[in-house]
Amino acid sequence: MLAYIARRLVAMVIMMFLISIASFVIIQLPPGDFLTTYVASQEQGSSVSIQQIEFLKQKYGLDQPFYVQYWRWISGIVFNGDFGYSFNWDKPVSELIWGQLGFTLLLSVATLLFAWAVSFPIGVYSAVKQYSIGDYIVSFIGFIGLAIPNFLLALVLMYIGFKYFGQSVGGLFSPEYRDAPFSLGKLWDLFKHLWVPIIVIGTAQTAELIRIMRANLLDELNKPYVTTARAKGMSEIRLIFKYPIRIALNPFVSTVGWVLPNLVSGAVIVSVVLNLPTVGPLLLNSLQSQDMYLAGAFILLLSVLTLVGTIVSDILLALLDPRIKLE
Amino acid sequence: MQTEAQLADRPDAGATEPEMADDVIVDVRNLRTYFPTRTHVVKAVDDVSLQLRRGRTTCVVGESGSGKSITARSILQVVDAPGRIEGGSVRLRTAPRDGREAEVVTLTDLHPRSRAIREIRGRDISMIFQEPMSSLSPVHTIGAQIIETIRLHEDVSKAEARLRAIELLRRCEIRDPEAAIDSYTFEFSGGMRQRAMIAMALSCNPQVLIADEPTTALDVTTQAEILDLMRELQSSYGMAMMFITHDMGVVAEIADDVVVMFRGKVVERGEVREIFANPKHPYTRRLLDSVIKLESRSELKPPEAEIVEAQAPTILSVRDVGIHFPGKTGFMGKQFAGVRAVSNVSFDLKKGESLGIVGESGSGKTTLGRAIASVRPPTAGSIVYSGAGAPVDLAGLTGPALANYRRQVRMIFQDPYGSLNPRMTVGQIVAEPLKMNKVATGKALQERVADLLEQVGLPPAVMERYPHAFSGGQRQRIGIARAIALDPQVVICDEATSALDVSIRSQVLDLLIELQERLDLSFVFIAHDIGVVRYFCDRIAVMRKGEIVELGPASTVCDAPTHPYTKALLSAVPTPDPTQRSMHLRARYDDSAE
Amino acid sequence: MASSTGLGKSAPDNAVSDDSERTAFGEAEAPGADVYEDMPAQGNPSVDVASQWQLMRWKFMRHKAAVVALWFVIGIYAIGLFCEILAPQDPNETNGSFAYAPPMGIHLFEEDGTFNPHVKGLTSERDRLTFRLEYAVDPEVIIPIRPFVKGDSYRMWGLFEWDRHLFGTVDPEANFFLLGADRLGRDNFSRIIYGTRVSLSIGLVGVALSLAIGLVLGGVSGYYGGRVDNIIQRVIEFLRSMPTIPLWMGLAAAIPLTWPPLGVYFMITILLSLIGWTSLGRETRGKVMSLKNEDFVIAARLDGVSEFRIITRHLLPAFMSHTIAVTTLAIPQMILAETALSFLGIGLQAPVVSWGVLLQEAQNVNTVATAPWLLLPGVAVVVAVLALNFLGDGLRDAADPYAK
Repeated sequence: MLAYIARRLVAMVIMMFLISIASFVIIQLPPGDFLTTYVASQEQGSSVSIQQIEFLKQKYGLDQPFYVQYWRWISGIVFNGDFGYSFNWDKPVSELIWGQLGFTLLLSVATLLFAWAVSFPIGVYSAVKQYSIGDYIVSFIGFIGLAIPNFLLALVLMYIGFKYFGQSVGGLFSPEYRDAPFSLGKLWDLFKHLWVPIIVIGTAQTAELIRIMRANLLDELNKPYVTTARAKGMSEIRLIFKYPIRIALNPFVSTVGWVLPNLVSGAVIVSVVLNLPTVGPLLLNSLQSQDMYLAGAFILLLSVLTLVGTIVSDILLALLDPRIKLE
Repeated sequence: MQTEAQLADRPDAGATEPEMADDVIVDVRNLRTYFPTRTHVVKAVDDVSLQLRRGRTTCVVGESGSGKSITARSILQVVDAPGRIEGGSVRLRTAPRDGREAEVVTLTDLHPRSRAIREIRGRDISMIFQEPMSSLSPVHTIGAQIIETIRLHEDVSKAEARLRAIELLRRCEIRDPEAAIDSYTFEFSGGMRQRAMIAMALSCNPQVLIADEPTTALDVTTQAEILDLMRELQSSYGMAMMFITHDMGVVAEIADDVVVMFRGKVVERGEVREIFANPKHPYTRRLLDSVIKLESRSELKPPEAEIVEAQAPTILSVRDVGIHFPGKTGFMGKQFAGVRAVSNVSFDLKKGESLGIVGESGSGKTTLGRAIASVRPPTAGSIVYSGAGAPVDLAGLTGPALANYRRQVRMIFQDPYGSLNPRMTVGQIVAEPLKMNKVATGKALQERVADLLEQVGLPPAVMERYPHAFSGGQRQRIGIARAIALDPQVVICDEATSALDVSIRSQVLDLLIELQERLDLSFVFIAHDIGVVRYFCDRIAVMRKGEIVELGPASTVCDAPTHPYTKALLSAVPTPDPTQRSMHLRARYDDSAE
Repeated sequence: MASSTGLGKSAPDNAVSDDSERTAFGEAEAPGADVYEDMPAQGNPSVDVASQWQLMRWKFMRHKAAVVALWFVIGIYAIGLFCEILAPQDPNETNGSFAYAPPMGIHLFEEDGTFNPHVKGLTSERDRLTFRLEYAVDPEVIIPIRPFVKGDSYRMWGLFEWDRHLFGTVDPEANFFLLGADRLGRDNFSRIIYGTRVSLSIGLVGVALSLAIGLVLGGVSGYYGGRVDNIIQRVIEFLRSMPTIPLWMGLAAAIPLTWPPLGVYFMITILLSLIGWTSLGRETRGKVMSLKNEDFVIAARLDGVSEFRIITRHLLPAFMSHTIAVTTLAIPQMILAETALSFLGIGLQAPVVSWGVLLQEAQNVNTVATAPWLLLPGVAVVVAVLALNFLGDGLRDAADPYAK
């Protein structure tokens, strides 16, 4: 077991390294570098001085070859937690990102839990009652859930909220709490706002998970061990929970691997619409204004987040399924 | 699932039934279990009656599709959807338990989900299945599954149930039961899994044990051990046993009473000696004939000595062949051990002879056959073919020379379903080797294909059909037509008949013998079934763990084997004669000596 | 489970799935009878000679929802193909005095009962406080609608000049907004029709590209195995572990703003497929891996069949059906991705008209509240994706008619 975890962790580190290169390549892709952008902003009366530019240029090796730049960037992150400098905000990147990342993580994990909590019972129901009316209804709603882009759902919810309740459903906090220090009231306010983005981001994944759970369970329900359990006198409900559901749970848990990246993606785009203080709006903005270190930090950290989520689910799966350890 | 209303509707439910004799524990009368499909109703069990008696073993025998398994499941009402019991009754005489007297319960009157029937399942009647691997949960330990069964029916503590589970495992001859109880099924071998399954079935001292082909998936020596165990347990527990099988040899070995089923109906029943000595129904006779036929050398063949002692030239010479699947260095340097599938195998195949290679699973016989057929080259040794002109070593062959070798050394596969491309017509399948080797084109090709099909006993009109239109035996004939299309010298048969029902098996073998005569073929015949090899082959090689342990004329190997493993293997094969039960006297081979 | 047989099947469509049971049983026919004696009687002629595609068609036709979806998909693609004729107006024609004009319902009869399909005219007035145009229906103004009218001229498929439209106003200068107008007074209906072409074709082109990459890499990976397989697998794992939207955003932002719309269009398609091929690649690999060890493929090799012919004749037909199904299911993913990117403003840009670009107009809630019809392109997205998903599902179910 420990060897398994160790192997997974080493694999993760290699993957992180690759991701960091990919992220750096992506932020390097736009034509021109920050200097061009910078000089332009200089003309508009930016407060940054030439000396400062020179200092940054020196520090991040911007006139050096690619690999030197990469090394300066990644070593800064790994050894000093220095993610570079945001030219747009005139601040070190590390001062900007953590709050946003925290909310993104909070939102993604909350949505994941929501999607699991909803899809599990519905998937089980739909498999056990295959071809019932309920099954058909669930399947149909599932299909629709998959077909609606989440930002469209967000727009529709906002429109309904605006039109019929006369209030904005965007944001994570009410105006009175937005800049308030942390308190129980603020936490409660957060919960009150959180459900809208959770539903919006989670709908498609929930629909997908229902389909997966249903298909897995249908497979398992026809396995001989179910007949064995029945033949030894277990009640139907008890045997379904103890055997097929228990086994269908494994592939369900391992869905984290791709559900989490999707949720993070969903959170990014929905946040732009719902105006949530997550990574989304800031990332979009930084990409459009070629604020390379900010964008790079976001892409890197979002990828690492999903990677960590995947590892956690792998380990969870290994704990659940004794067969994994054999591999 | 049935509703109460449907049960009540049954015309014969609750009708007065004949009295059950004292030793009858389960009485099945006029049972009908149907499977409604979209367009019609499949009558899987159609008017079946049978009795299970205390202390006796009733074998239900029949080929695939006879409804024997559904009958067994109907007794406990665990038939899979959409199957339904449509009529008839199943009655059980319960044991006196918890101060209650013995009484007769009509199981078919109970709702399949009712508490009443659940209390009977696993306590009065328990069941074991063909595939112990898939019939046990892969993610629960063996112990957990046995303990659960005990606690389902009896009010005992977990610790007590655990002690009993260990005792049961010991009773089923599982080594080191204290450790085995916490193992998972995938950590066990096939035989051990079936033992665990039996232990679970016995956990509540049932009166009736229903065994659904419990040894079919096992090797013959393992089968013998499991049969021994079951017989011993049956007499010591005094159970009634219902044993479902397709193998008349197993029937002869274990049955007291026999019920023969065909297409959902009972065609014959009786005491085991009576059935074997004096079968009345033509189907029973055919079943027995096809088994007994395989007890000796085929009458179609010339005497063994004629071939074995003939000075025929060697056509294929296998020398020191070893096949080693290399270990892999996986991702992150994890080492996977290699497997030595075949080591140091040598034999000569003479022109016109049939050499049988027998062995149990894992003996390397299939790997060896595939190497000779040039599917996967051996890692050591040489395979020299001298059928056409100068001898050639398979190892050095490439391009046209290899193609030439493949024309002359052909292969027939085990699985008649997987070996024919379902997307090609029979005509295209048989024509492919001819076309690829530019033997014939156009009209000549069509005529050749028609001729080949006729040779294997299929009308040429089947050319336009796809494989899905044919049964297993017919498909195997198509595979044979493809194999002989290029006028080969040597044909490798890899378990060519093991996927077929017994009655079809000898027909396909006879076809091969006929073709051998006509086309002057030499066969390497790989099988796990001694009977088939004895029927078909002139010489036999016995393989074990990648090596040939014995090689000699068929009669010598079968009747006077010298190697202890061969002795064990042969004596483990059940004889289709209930008067000569000898399996408990069998020779055993202790591999721990190695 | 049902191991017995059904004799006397009638229609071809009922025999497909039960077939294996029938053949398995035929063997044990009347004791002593020759195996093949009963063959002509038990077989169903039309099923016995049915090819893979025929069997698949029968199986697919049983899936009613998928059949309906198939017609829907055909219809939507036809709209995309003939959008110049179907759209009553030029999608880029602006009309400042009709900004955010509401949808106009078509009336078939005039008040006196005479048949004259028409829409009622609009009068507008600028609100003094908000400076927004407020519209009111003017019952006096009747704008007749007729089929096959002359209207804005266009180049059909870039080939020839034409000016006929399926339906439209008799007077080419009249204003007609079936589904309302946008910020610049452009006809929403015509724009949705034109958007169909771009949005659906980006799905098709993107999937074609993904398919090419996925088939080649997945096929190589599955067929040759070993080191190549290992590398390709790691690449797939790597791509799948990155959250796609940030990745797309990063890559799309790298497209220079100065590029022509067509260049951006192709660049976006390429980006979508570069990241989207992984699932196709995985499916292909799995399928090829299981197929290459099938006995019939080994038999073909022993028959002297060349590597090329094994791939084209034995492997490809076996997984083509499956691949078609998977591909169909990948198209909606592409459509959704394009929509999302364009919506964020980093995908396609005006003047290209796609559903995502159209939805950009609906980005803030105030606009949506004023002109909710701007959400209608979203409905088009949902309908198209739904139809393609249903179709793909049906195809997947029918893809392997030989499954037991």
